[in-house]
Amino acid sequence: MRKMLAAVSRVLSGASQKPSHGLALLPSLVSNSRLKQSSHFGLPKCWDYSHSLKQASRVLVASRNFANDATFEIKKCDLHRLEEGPPVTTVLTREDGLKYYRMMQTVRRMELKADQLYKQKIIRGFCHLCDGQEACCVGLEAGIKPTDHLITAYRAHGFTFTRGLSVREILAELTGRKGGCAKGKGGSMHMYAKNFYGGNGIVGAQVPLGAGIALACKYNGKDEVCLTLYGDGAANQGQIFEAYNMAALWKLPCIFICENNRYGMGTSVERAAASTDYYKRGDFIPGLRVDGMDILCVREATRFAAAYCRSGKGPILMELQTYRYHGHSMSDPGVSYRTREEIQEVRSKSDPIMLLKDRMVNSNLASVEELKEIDVEVRKEIEDAAQFATADPEPPLEELGYHIYSSDPPFEVRGANQWIKFKSVS
Amino acid sequence: MAAVSGLVWRPLRQVTVRDAINQGMDEELERDEKVFLLGEEVAQYDGAYKVSRGLWKKYGDKRIIDTPISEMGFAGIAVGAAMAGLRPICEFMTFNFSMQAIDQVINSAAKTYYMSGGLQSVPIVFRGPNGASAGVAAQHSQCFAAWYGHCPGLKVVSPWNSEDAKGLIKSAIRDNNPVVVLENELMYGVPFEFPSEAQSKDFLVPIGKAKIERQGTHITVVSHSRPVGHCLEAAAVLSKEGVECEVINMRTIRPMDMETIEASVMKTNHLVTVEGGWPQFGVGAEICARIMEGPAFNFLDAPAVRVTGADVPMPYAKILEDNSIPQVKDIIFAIKKTLNI
Repeated sequence: MRKMLAAVSRVLSGASQKPSHGLALLPSLVSNSRLKQSSHFGLPKCWDYSHSLKQASRVLVASRNFANDATFEIKKCDLHRLEEGPPVTTVLTREDGLKYYRMMQTVRRMELKADQLYKQKIIRGFCHLCDGQEACCVGLEAGIKPTDHLITAYRAHGFTFTRGLSVREILAELTGRKGGCAKGKGGSMHMYAKNFYGGNGIVGAQVPLGAGIALACKYNGKDEVCLTLYGDGAANQGQIFEAYNMAALWKLPCIFICENNRYGMGTSVERAAASTDYYKRGDFIPGLRVDGMDILCVREATRFAAAYCRSGKGPILMELQTYRYHGHSMSDPGVSYRTREEIQEVRSKSDPIMLLKDRMVNSNLASVEELKEIDVEVRKEIEDAAQFATADPEPPLEELGYHIYSSDPPFEVRGANQWIKFKSVS
Repeated sequence: MAAVSGLVWRPLRQVTVRDAINQGMDEELERDEKVFLLGEEVAQYDGAYKVSRGLWKKYGDKRIIDTPISEMGFAGIAVGAAMAGLRPICEFMTFNFSMQAIDQVINSAAKTYYMSGGLQSVPIVFRGPNGASAGVAAQHSQCFAAWYGHCPGLKVVSPWNSEDAKGLIKSAIRDNNPVVVLENELMYGVPFEFPSEAQSKDFLVPIGKAKIERQGTHITVVSHSRPVGHCLEAAAVLSKEGVECEVINMRTIRPMDMETIEASVMKTNHLVTVEGGWPQFGVGAEICARIMEGPAFNFLDAPAVRVTGADVPMPYAKILEDNSIPQVKDIIFAIKKTLNI
């Protein structure tokens, strides 16, 4: 009886408790077995009292008692030239939580698969992995709309996924096959999608590009923003300060984002920057320093920054404090300039996927088993994608000369000597 | 001034190269809202060389943008805007300053369509004065035709007269690819007869096609930009001596119109190339290499010859500067040497 009253009051007082199918608010004094049945017919899951039931099958897991959402406290952001920052609490719905978990796990496993394929020499050249930084790509995407724009540097696989491309297309691009998102022409650092401008190999060059995309947003008057990312290493590039100046002067809707993972290749931030307060380096541009390992923190900060830009106040700067488990690239073991203990400590205390998982399980937004199910599904997806990426043929040699110019009639491109000619088609 | 052709009376006008470029940009700004101009002093100052005179007054702050002195930054901004679907004209006050931004031109603009497998185009124009001026010395006198002409993914054009200037800037703006337009400061104030077709708002000079400015039979003289005028002067002098030069105005550096050059060489059997840039790895060097690789080689009666700028950084003193760029006498000398007269 007391349990039922508690449930009723929870329902009536909590605005956050949303019945999933909009049925009338009727508590029922049914037995557990009847409830199991009725859950199949769409009663709000939060009224299922069978906390303690251990269900083996997936269908029955779905009928377990999960909260629809929960409120979490998040770290306060350090502020620069801002009176107020993002909120210090946020509501995470079960649906969003599961989505973020799946996305982060997908990015994680995709990067680890890329590591494996690289060691097997199926991926060549550059391969910069972002495992450890999943809260950044997934959190940023959670804070913006698909119609917003994003550009980053070479540690781009995670963003390529969150911006909408499939793991298949990404891995096949890494293995240089025709099914790759750039048809095998670009590789790791040159992947593009709708409203995602790569993937850029020249450190810092993407920042003015991002300010230019923001200029187009303002020019078109569509209320869109551009997220322009760079690392702690790139933060010392001169052209970034040129971009800050013009973005502020012209009030461009540009969110400058410094993904500070503490090391620019092998150089720690202390050895590279006279000021490591990257969120202040925009000087006249307001900034916030965000816990980049906490996806909810990243999401809230992004929402805040996007709202700021959309209101026409001009650019804003976000520093995401994050960490990469891998070295700078696959040719860097990543332990000559930092200790294994440091890496281990971040993994055990601040892993973004673990943080989200613990929050969700402890607040009854999901069960351990359910999340394990997602892990299994993700692994399968990655395996399938890797299979495809390994089996798909390389682009045909005849297409070597394709895509030199856009919208032009076909012409001839010279090969290694004057007798070798390739056709170039737009 | 007027001319009569058949039964149609077509008035001719004198238009300076500066005004021709201005007209071309004005027409394209009017035609397509996505076109805009940015660069140092392009708006309120009317352009450092007054090429954009009147445009800011007509189109305002949104379409004609004064930038701070930040070439790498604003070139990158222009490329980003092009990636997002606008059609920027990015002015470099001179192409010497484009070296600050050359990474954005090559790595962000030129290569992107290819690297993305045809997904991301970059419809941008980079324009400004290129090459030697008068008395501006070494850091302000370099010709970039060979540097930009080297890179796949870019189109590079080099107008000589007003018709070229207007037609090529319009084609460049309408092109969906990154186009480098190498203008010439000393040509800005030079008036040319403007045929009536050129007065139309849809007058375009196709990119990738050379023009035979003067028909001839004894020798092919190929050039681009200001030296085309010197070649015509040389041809006029030589004509009095009975030597008829065929003068070709390249108009486009990349993609180069080798067909026109080859057809001419196969007719005249002699070739002289003329350019303002340095000799090593230059435009003339490329033309000679390609002539050797093609059908025209067997028609040469003498080795092809290049006339270029002197292989020195541009000096300041007038006598030194005058002798560091190809003069009419140097072109005549080279032609006579080739013809063995």
